[in-house]
Amino acid sequence: MSSSVNELVHWNASRLSEALVAKVVSSEEVTQAHLDRIAAVDGPAETGVHAFLHVAAESALARAREIDADRAKGAVLGALAGVPIGVKDVLTTRGMPTTCGSRMLQGWVPPYDATVVRELHAAGLVVLGKTNMDEFAMGSTTEHSAYGPTRNPWDPTRIPGGSGGGSAAALAAFEAPLTIGSDTGGSIRQPAAVTGTVGVKPTYGGVSRYGLVALASSLDQAGPCARTVLDTALLHAVIAGHDPYDSTSIPADVPDVVGAARQGASGDLTGVRVGVVTELSGEGYEAGVTARFTEAVALMREAGAEVVELSLPNLVHALAAYYLILPSEASSNLAKFDGMRYGLRVTPEGEHVTAEQVMRATRAAGFGDEAKRRIILGTYALSAGYYDAYYGSAQKVRTLVQRDFARAFGQVDVLVSPTAPTTAYRLGEKLDDPLAMYAGDVATIPANLAGIPGMSLPAGLSDDGLPVGLQVLAPQQADDRLYRVGAAVEARLTAQWGGPLLARVPEWKGATA
Amino acid sequence: MSVISRSEVEHLARLARIDMTDEELDRMAGQLGAVLDAVAQVASAVTDDVPATSHPVPLTNVTRPDVVRPGLSAADALAGAPASEDGRFRVPQILEEDA
Amino acid sequence: MSAVDQTIPYDEAIAQFDPVLGLEVHVELSTATKMFSGAPTEFGAEPNTQVDPVSLGLPGALPVLNAKALESAIRIGLALNCSIASYCRFARKNYFYPDMPKNFQTSQYDEPIAHDGFLDVEVPASEDGTKPAFTYRVDIERAHMEEDTGKSLHVGGSTGRIHGAEYSLVDYNRAGIPLIEIVTRPLTGAGDRVPDVARAYVATLRDLLRALDVSDVKMEQGSLRCDVNLSLRPTPQDPLGTRSETKNVNSLRSVERAVRYEVGRHAAVLLSGAKVVQETRHWHEDTGLTTSGREKSDAEDYRYFPEPDLVPIEPDPAWVESLRATLPEPPAERRRRLTTEWGFSEPEMRDVLNAGALDLVEATVAAGASPATARKWWMGELARRANVEGTDLSALPVTPAQVAELQGLVDAGTLTDRLAREALEGVLAGEGSPTEVVASRNLAMVSDESALIAAVDAAVAANPDVADKIRAGKVQAAGALIGAVMKDMRGKADAARVRELVLERVGS
Repeated sequence: MSSSVNELVHWNASRLSEALVAKVVSSEEVTQAHLDRIAAVDGPAETGVHAFLHVAAESALARAREIDADRAKGAVLGALAGVPIGVKDVLTTRGMPTTCGSRMLQGWVPPYDATVVRELHAAGLVVLGKTNMDEFAMGSTTEHSAYGPTRNPWDPTRIPGGSGGGSAAALAAFEAPLTIGSDTGGSIRQPAAVTGTVGVKPTYGGVSRYGLVALASSLDQAGPCARTVLDTALLHAVIAGHDPYDSTSIPADVPDVVGAARQGASGDLTGVRVGVVTELSGEGYEAGVTARFTEAVALMREAGAEVVELSLPNLVHALAAYYLILPSEASSNLAKFDGMRYGLRVTPEGEHVTAEQVMRATRAAGFGDEAKRRIILGTYALSAGYYDAYYGSAQKVRTLVQRDFARAFGQVDVLVSPTAPTTAYRLGEKLDDPLAMYAGDVATIPANLAGIPGMSLPAGLSDDGLPVGLQVLAPQQADDRLYRVGAAVEARLTAQWGGPLLARVPEWKGATA
Repeated sequence: MSVISRSEVEHLARLARIDMTDEELDRMAGQLGAVLDAVAQVASAVTDDVPATSHPVPLTNVTRPDVVRPGLSAADALAGAPASEDGRFRVPQILEEDA
Repeated sequence: MSAVDQTIPYDEAIAQFDPVLGLEVHVELSTATKMFSGAPTEFGAEPNTQVDPVSLGLPGALPVLNAKALESAIRIGLALNCSIASYCRFARKNYFYPDMPKNFQTSQYDEPIAHDGFLDVEVPASEDGTKPAFTYRVDIERAHMEEDTGKSLHVGGSTGRIHGAEYSLVDYNRAGIPLIEIVTRPLTGAGDRVPDVARAYVATLRDLLRALDVSDVKMEQGSLRCDVNLSLRPTPQDPLGTRSETKNVNSLRSVERAVRYEVGRHAAVLLSGAKVVQETRHWHEDTGLTTSGREKSDAEDYRYFPEPDLVPIEPDPAWVESLRATLPEPPAERRRRLTTEWGFSEPEMRDVLNAGALDLVEATVAAGASPATARKWWMGELARRANVEGTDLSALPVTPAQVAELQGLVDAGTLTDRLAREALEGVLAGEGSPTEVVASRNLAMVSDESALIAAVDAAVAANPDVADKIRAGKVQAAGALIGAVMKDMRGKADAARVRELVLERVGS
């Protein structure tokens, strides 16, 4: 079996980039290798990894040949030109289906590209297809996809995290060297943690949201996912920057994330002040998770970092505030899905059926349980009479969380914590217990509330043999610090392990149906 | 225990334009009650003097010049429509003017 | 549907109750693009051609505020003597409706861009002169920015009305067009003049917005739309009564009529001992009636919250002051000034205003015509033409400068009034400037004395009997000869001079 695997799919994006520039390989070969890998492991939906909802083989190969031709002509191309990539199905792609993992948008083909997708095209990346996700990015397991769950390449019976489980699993299963995710409360970082990959939620406003189908507008942020910190930085540099089509896009230069990643690769953190967040460890965190985290912190100290423990007292209210703000904004953002202009339309039986009846039937059939739960909760939290107590108070908690971070970043350069309190749990384990699933977001959501950037990178394997993630947080617009620290930790850990963590991912044998 | 009644969920479902069966309403009422219990702490976590944050990054006055940009053709606009007629979106009968 | 409501005559109603008026006016701004995206805003374009992902509410689309719309909103606020907010945000107004692409309207809620202003309105004397003119100060509560919805065409059933339609066809061209909503405070003290106050306010507001050059203010095209709120109470000392909200009253005359009708209807309800229902009502231009619409209830919950996709607005005070400097002369002041300068009577000025001819007359005067002749052209021949063609005066293909030029030719004796009208015909037909038309159509009066004398001699020779009568002292018989000469000259002669020549040549 393994002899049939094309070695190219194990190469990181930076190595592929060098080989492409040196014309050792062609983009067409690289793209074909990944398409073959997808064909081998991704399906069928019942037993495969199921990281992809749509594979655009033809257009990917055509684009790869175009890049190869441009390169042959001596054109000046971006660093990642010719490298394949998977895009979370929450970003609009002109001429390519975009479903957001929902029945509601089955068959919808957007007439425009998201800004991030345009940036990918402009930089010469080759879009392989769209990756699986919890419906409208609501969930932490990818089980809430209307098209069936994605499986964790480390163990097909386990969740790959969510909502961006497809983007993370595609990396860990070597179906793509790079993917795009989106992170509203941890949807990039938590899947990265449980699949042993790297994911970054940039500063809010650092990457355009134009064409990112909104879940919670004030929390959503698209970001890069990859297998190494440097690859993540290279992709970050492609997609970040000001976009006049997004009012909340920051009109400033992007921090030098690639430079920071290269600097960090030396493994030296002398002079870097690191804060361990008291509230994001201890009770509720599995022993194996805590152990890997503690070792990573010790490693940072060895690398020369000055490590202190810091308390951010208002973080204890962050989860509650998040689960009010998110449903509130989502209830409004998802109102547009009503069967009138695009997507699913369900017409109930009977004569003289009205638009309102069609809307109600369409939304009943088009949304899954988790989406309905959050829409109803948000509708409630915004209602006259409840607004002040729920939505209003949650917005104030947001202020307190921001103040806590501001104080902390007055004392340290970065904050660290485990990315998630547990390793990947079993598929179906928390399906009927939304609160238990929500609790898994406790460490990631504070960054979304505060608009600050966060990274998850592999910290090792827990006692159960499953990956543990280390989270690094930095102040707004200091995304480069994540890469400096992340690359240093990665360099030292990789040295300890004698190779990347993903070298230990078992060969994919598929789930038993 | 914050109790949310079935009829309250029914009202919310109507506001949100989602048909729900009796069984769904019951289940939703139970789950919402539990979630509301867990999130109600926000009200006691804050005081009146704390300002609310609606936008995580402090930008103001973002505008664009009043200049036409390429948009969509009628064909592109209607391409995804469940039904269309004469260049327009066809929708079921509308009962009452709103707003 | 709803039965016809009971009403009592207006005079009877107003004698027993004190009316309180409120007006909400929606103004479509005449920007090139929409409130939150670069889609064009051409009126009357083919359906769904003035759209983009934002105005269709496609998944992933995001709004960005139109700078010109913000500027117009602030200028409107300043012209209404409002305070301009130092900080304000947009909010989402959540409700489902097929012509609203996102199922929420991006509007402003508790933080309007402009608030607490006023507009002084000159209410004219009644037609019969029994009620005098007076000035009424309309207090403005707020002016805020929002976006328009799409338009539905109701198919099946009868006459395109919403009731009985089988389905609807939606065009989103109008969706996202910038709107400013101007809301008055409850207006008290108008008494029996309340319909006139309502009409005068909307007319004054329309003139002001036109002078600001922020909107087409064409009520018939919906670029200025009016909702009329009305309530009655027994005396001015009583608390406010329950109000009705009559939607889409879209002409000045309808505003007046709708207020009158609602006063009579409310009074009938109250006198019967019943309670007025708080509801929206629909105005029917054809019958002059309002009918019951949607009842306002607690179930209506718009779940407003700050729009996270748009950032707050903090207008720079220096910018606001620079905009204040661009405000035009307030219409009421301008009207007073021009009435005096031009020496018009009040009714003459009112006619000019009602015809929307003030700017045209002013420009014609500026181009050299006297105010009286400028008024004569625009309110006479040109008004007739506009009426025939069913268009606005300003839409006629003639410029104020051309009208002044035409009058100059009359004043110089080159054209008679009749010839001038013929020349105007040519100008309107696109044949060029008045001077060019006079040349091409050969309209100039014959001032060559010898040609005139030849024509007169010919007429005398052809009508010896008439000449004899004149010689016999019947001078009035000269008319027949003058007529013959004028006919010969195809009207292009000065009739007075022809008469002199006839008498001279006959030798009487």
